[in-house]
Amino acid sequence: MTAMETRTVAVCEASRLIPGRGVAALLPDGRQVAIFLTVDGDCYGLSNIDPFARAAVLSRGLVGESGGRPFVASPLLKQRFDLRTGVCLDDESVAIRTYPVRVVDGVVHVSP
Amino acid sequence: MTRTLVVAGHGMVGHRLVEAVRAEDTEGTWRVVVLAEEPRPAYDRVALTSYVDGWDAQALDLGEHSDIELRLGDPVAKVDRAGRTVVTESGFTQSYDALVLATGSRPFVPPVPGHDLPGCFVYRTIDDLDAIRAAVESAKERKRGRAAAMVVGGGLLGLEAAKALRDMGLSPHVVEMAPRLMPIQVDDGGGNLLRKLVTELDLTVHTGTSAERIEQDGDRLCAKLTNGTELDLDLIVFSAGVRPRDELAREAGLDVGERGGVLVDLSCRTSDPDVWAIGECAAVEGRCYGLVAPGYAMAEIVAAQLLGKDGEFPGADMSTKLKLMGVDVASFGDAHATTEGALEVVLADAVSGYYKKLVVSGDEPRTLLGGVLVGDASAYNLLRPLVGSPLPADPAAMLAPEGASGAVGVDALPDAAQICSCNAVTKGAITDAIRAQGCDSVASIKSCTKAGSTCGSCVPMLSKLLDACGVVQSKAVCEHFAHSRRELFEIVKATRITTFGELIAKHGTGAGCAICKPAVASILATVDTTQGEGGHILDGEQASLQDTNDHFLANMQRNGTYSVVPRVPGGEITPAKLKVIAEVADEFGLYTKITGAQRLDMFGATVDQLPHIWKRLVEAGFESGHAYGKALRTVKSCVGSTWCRYGVQDSVAMAVELELRYRGLRSPHKLKSGVSGCARECAEARSKDFGVIATEKGWNLYVGGNGGILPRHAQLLVSDVDSESLIRYIDRFLMFYVRTADRLQRTAPWIEELEGGLDHLRAVIVEDKLGICDELDAAMAKHVENYADEWRGVLEDPEKLARFTSFVNAPGAPDPTISFTEEREQKVPVLLGVPEVVSR
Repeated sequence: MTAMETRTVAVCEASRLIPGRGVAALLPDGRQVAIFLTVDGDCYGLSNIDPFARAAVLSRGLVGESGGRPFVASPLLKQRFDLRTGVCLDDESVAIRTYPVRVVDGVVHVSP
Repeated sequence: MTRTLVVAGHGMVGHRLVEAVRAEDTEGTWRVVVLAEEPRPAYDRVALTSYVDGWDAQALDLGEHSDIELRLGDPVAKVDRAGRTVVTESGFTQSYDALVLATGSRPFVPPVPGHDLPGCFVYRTIDDLDAIRAAVESAKERKRGRAAAMVVGGGLLGLEAAKALRDMGLSPHVVEMAPRLMPIQVDDGGGNLLRKLVTELDLTVHTGTSAERIEQDGDRLCAKLTNGTELDLDLIVFSAGVRPRDELAREAGLDVGERGGVLVDLSCRTSDPDVWAIGECAAVEGRCYGLVAPGYAMAEIVAAQLLGKDGEFPGADMSTKLKLMGVDVASFGDAHATTEGALEVVLADAVSGYYKKLVVSGDEPRTLLGGVLVGDASAYNLLRPLVGSPLPADPAAMLAPEGASGAVGVDALPDAAQICSCNAVTKGAITDAIRAQGCDSVASIKSCTKAGSTCGSCVPMLSKLLDACGVVQSKAVCEHFAHSRRELFEIVKATRITTFGELIAKHGTGAGCAICKPAVASILATVDTTQGEGGHILDGEQASLQDTNDHFLANMQRNGTYSVVPRVPGGEITPAKLKVIAEVADEFGLYTKITGAQRLDMFGATVDQLPHIWKRLVEAGFESGHAYGKALRTVKSCVGSTWCRYGVQDSVAMAVELELRYRGLRSPHKLKSGVSGCARECAEARSKDFGVIATEKGWNLYVGGNGGILPRHAQLLVSDVDSESLIRYIDRFLMFYVRTADRLQRTAPWIEELEGGLDHLRAVIVEDKLGICDELDAAMAKHVENYADEWRGVLEDPEKLARFTSFVNAPGAPDPTISFTEEREQKVPVLLGVPEVVSR
């Protein structure tokens, strides 16, 4: 992705997000983004695919915080991924892709 | 320069040697050639008897070596020391720079006439067991019934062989020449009890006699014992000790021990400096060791020397603790009181089935010299480290039930006492890890010292050592709450706080995590249904606290789809309802399986499908089975007095009543139950958190059972109670558990942790010792009143329903990553091939 690209995908109304949980969005090319809203009101996007369990489930994990690092814990084998960087807290050699997420006029947008 | 190490023999000790050399020889200075007699690589011979459990040789596998040459089924036949070569049976010649003999031992077969007849076996290898099995099978076929067998030898190995035969469905005779079983390990008192206990397990024991002659009688064997007894048998297993296999050494002119075995010094070198011997074939300064631990020690010191380090055999602790057919036997130190002036203190209780003896020095202070424990060896871990030290308490008090742990504090143990015998970790090493390295939990001691990481039996002692060092062990739920679950429950109950946000703001720190959120959600749900209005677990903020299974009221499976389990109370279901399940599974293309808990599970449902599936199920009268929740799962039942000719009470009706009463109750862990209609116990109620077994007069209630990793039998709480009392006691048991247990603590460890254990529990819920029974009763009554089906609640609420979608921006679009293949006529999941991972 280059800085020139500004194309974003509108996903849903911000009111669909529950603080502390995630939703999944399907990108036009078939990729899946897990979008999370924290209780502090921050939005994050990560690949929806859990690399350990090899299944598209991360949007259905629980959001939490460890020492100030916001994370989502996979609902399958509970590995935690940093919402800001995609780095796995339990195995720092693994990281998943992050996606910038913004809320504009009450609508959630993802940059693919 | 690479040198060649030849290992003759690939048993457990040879295997350990190769592992040690390969692990330490990082430079690759040794080429390793292993020449093995058996047709398969080394396996766990100590666990040989367990081979009978599934006849799966893989289960005994010790793991493959990397980077060695292993020739199976081709043992060394000759050693040419001058030429430094060995020749195998097949004629293969191999030169060596170092040769290690690890040839083990052979079973000793007494020279009884007829010992070599067909039907006579030894007990050492997997092949031996296969041959015994074939003989048992063909004897059973011939006789269309039970085969008869005799084991010659009533020692450790003989009883192992008898257990294997018993596991094959036989009731073997055991013949031991000495006046008691296990004569080396136990004394007469212990031997007598052991005999009584194994006789109850269907063994016939003949002591003080031996086989005089064995004769063939058609396709059977007749054994005559020296005491005149004649036994009519199908097979005979000789398991009367072993003899070192030292013939290679003898032929090569190496020194051998007086009583056999390749003579080696403390560094395990033979009379030829290039040849070593380890394990059962070695006679270290003349003495052979028939246990694996000294063999391993020899392997380690030879590996060290091959790599240029020092190594000396430290001597062996011949203490033994084992479970033979469920009977504990332990022997340590000077078990037979051979030390001059030694005194014996014995506590024997034939009714409870234990025999305990301590051997102490004749003069004050009383030094512990050794002991024998039969029937209950729980004191072994504490006593064995004390050998050689003055006893910290009166010997008789230390033998009393629970006495060892009560009378001997861990602080009484010397620093050199071994706490974890699996990993040889001493008390000193553990207290050092606590004091100097800052270990403050059992988990951190485990990772720091390895203590407690193998069999786990010393974990309670690790906990006591932490206490003794003044470390307050944290019961905190996680980094966000310094409180235990029990304390959080009390806070929520007392303050009537109804949200996680308020609780963490007032009593915790940070924003919470995947541990505290579901734990608090469970507490809020229980307090709500037992004291409040009984809201839905997905109402408001609670939706954000639930694990995915609770959030979608279904069980997530490995490909991200869910399984659906409707409640089938007591396992009783009408044909019409069965038909509905079949139709739903068919219509939505779900894999179906009967669960272990008398229910039907439908797998492979996507998030989007769940409400549609449940709409059909709820319309047909089904409700949530809470298979996804930390809640009551099921009350299993046998068919009971209605149909069964043995039944004495209506177990199905009781199971249905209990399941409907406690459904939906959120608890620290899942809860399972069972009701059996008679003592035959077909519902396996004693493996449940609360199990009910019918009696002629009413019901017996058992609590604290479970399957799982650490299976537990439930213990009897009350007996012969009527239905009303039964339910009252279960109400109180469950409410007390739900309020006071730790997060993810099942009922068995909860009861164990209660001060006073089961007796205390009985005092609280039967005798109302704490005066809380009214409150517990009221809480359960409220729960029953407030119960509502969670799935019906979702179907009636459009906002909750809207969450059941795979993609928030494409409702109804199927998840393209989910796919299935077919196995045995049903669909099964296919996992994603290459996960999307950012390389770092």
